[in-house]
Amino acid sequence: MIRFDNIVKRLGGRNVLDGLSFEIRTGEVFVIVGPSGTGKSVTLRHMVQLLRPTSGTVWVDDVAASEVDGDELEKLRERFGYLFQGGALLTWLTVAENVALPLQEKTDLPEDEIARRVQEALEMVDLAEAADQYPSEISGGMQKRAGLARAIVRRPEIVLYDEPTSGLDPVTARTIDRLIQHLNRNLGVTSVVVTHDMQGALSIGHRVAMLHGGRFVEVATPRAFAASSQPEVQQFLAAQYISRGTFFAEGGAR
Amino acid sequence: MITREPFEYPENASRRERLYLAAREGLAELGRAVLLGSRALCALPGLRRPRAQAEFMRQMYVCGIESLPVITVVALFTGMILALQIGIELQRYNQEFRIGSAVMVSMLREMGPFITGQILAACVGSAMAAQLGTMTVNDEIAALEMMSINPVRFLVTPRLAAMMIMTPILSFYTCMMGSLGGSVIGMTQLNVPWSQYLGAALEFARVKELLVGLLKALLYGMIVTTVACHEGLTATQGAEGVGSATRRSVVISFLLILIVGYFVTRIFY
Repeated sequence: MIRFDNIVKRLGGRNVLDGLSFEIRTGEVFVIVGPSGTGKSVTLRHMVQLLRPTSGTVWVDDVAASEVDGDELEKLRERFGYLFQGGALLTWLTVAENVALPLQEKTDLPEDEIARRVQEALEMVDLAEAADQYPSEISGGMQKRAGLARAIVRRPEIVLYDEPTSGLDPVTARTIDRLIQHLNRNLGVTSVVVTHDMQGALSIGHRVAMLHGGRFVEVATPRAFAASSQPEVQQFLAAQYISRGTFFAEGGAR
Repeated sequence: MITREPFEYPENASRRERLYLAAREGLAELGRAVLLGSRALCALPGLRRPRAQAEFMRQMYVCGIESLPVITVVALFTGMILALQIGIELQRYNQEFRIGSAVMVSMLREMGPFITGQILAACVGSAMAAQLGTMTVNDEIAALEMMSINPVRFLVTPRLAAMMIMTPILSFYTCMMGSLGGSVIGMTQLNVPWSQYLGAALEFARVKELLVGLLKALLYGMIVTTVACHEGLTATQGAEGVGSATRRSVVISFLLILIVGYFVTRIFY
């Protein structure tokens, strides 16, 4: 369970998060949507203390995630996988070496077991053929998928996805969506997804939340979200050619 | 936590408050840089791991071997300029045969480590700051933190160790190249034979000169690495931030090399 208690985050002279409170249940796929610059990634970063709140507390189960330090912070982060927007791969390592890095550095697994898990993670994101290539030799979308493989290779309890499908072709985007669902359903991974992609959000989310003005203006199941009367939600849906309440009626998802 | 947010003044802060806050932040940055260097030093035993050794060797190559061409050219010409300038003056007193000792002592005491430090600050330090800065703004440092991999141990320590070894070696090499350059001028412009040049050079070059020079080089290497890594790891705001971090890294290293060089000289001479 991840809980935000009245989080305020002030950046660049404005409250990016303005008293944000919500709870993500264990085993849930929680999707955060909203226009650019509204603080979706900032919200995600607070869960693992890559940012600290100006006021308020972030809880992960019974751990005050926004306040722990040292070994406790390390333990907390070990429970998470994080897919960064650009993949954030180390450029001097190959794709396979990038994916192997957390296992090599933080576990005592033998090399053959590491190689097996790396191969497994790369196959899950359909990137096994690029294992020996460097990040500069593969496309942005492939870098993102390699970042995802690295995020899940340690089999974390919670995975945070920052724009997992942006910049990907529709087929690959849906593959990533299915992977998020697979991890959630088969391995019980709690997922927090930040995205602009409403098709994906409504398809994979157990709940979808719309961030606007530093707070959630809507938190609802995908069906209820698509039928929301909130003007910000409707505007966002309309911009992606999803009209109120029709996404599910047309059999778009679930 | 390495990844940090940019420092911001309170919106309604007066000019005096801003001055105070800027001074306080400056001191805090200094403290953080010293802490970074100390932590990297404390992590040196971790370099025994085979994977860390590979990165350490890579950094030795980058810091040392890749800097050799520019250091060779600069050292040779510095030695030639020194020999020419001092030699002309010595000729007025018929003492030009002492040119070897003048060049050798000035290279060992000051010019060797100073030139090496400045070149490494410009070539290696700037590259380090730019690389770590780019990694910071591209979330690669945050990704390391998320994997519970300590960026100081993983990135700073191999660079610091490589520079601590390579800077004294390069400084000694600079001294030798400078003296060689001086000897060329001695033979071609001042009519001082090679044997006489070498005799004068060895007559006045004491072990103390060599050791103090190597100590300076070691300190310069540590300064350049710590400043560059600190500036890189605190870069913010995209490409512009990386550019600023790189520039600050070179300027601060240049100044610190001068200041520390003076105080080491003051202590030993």
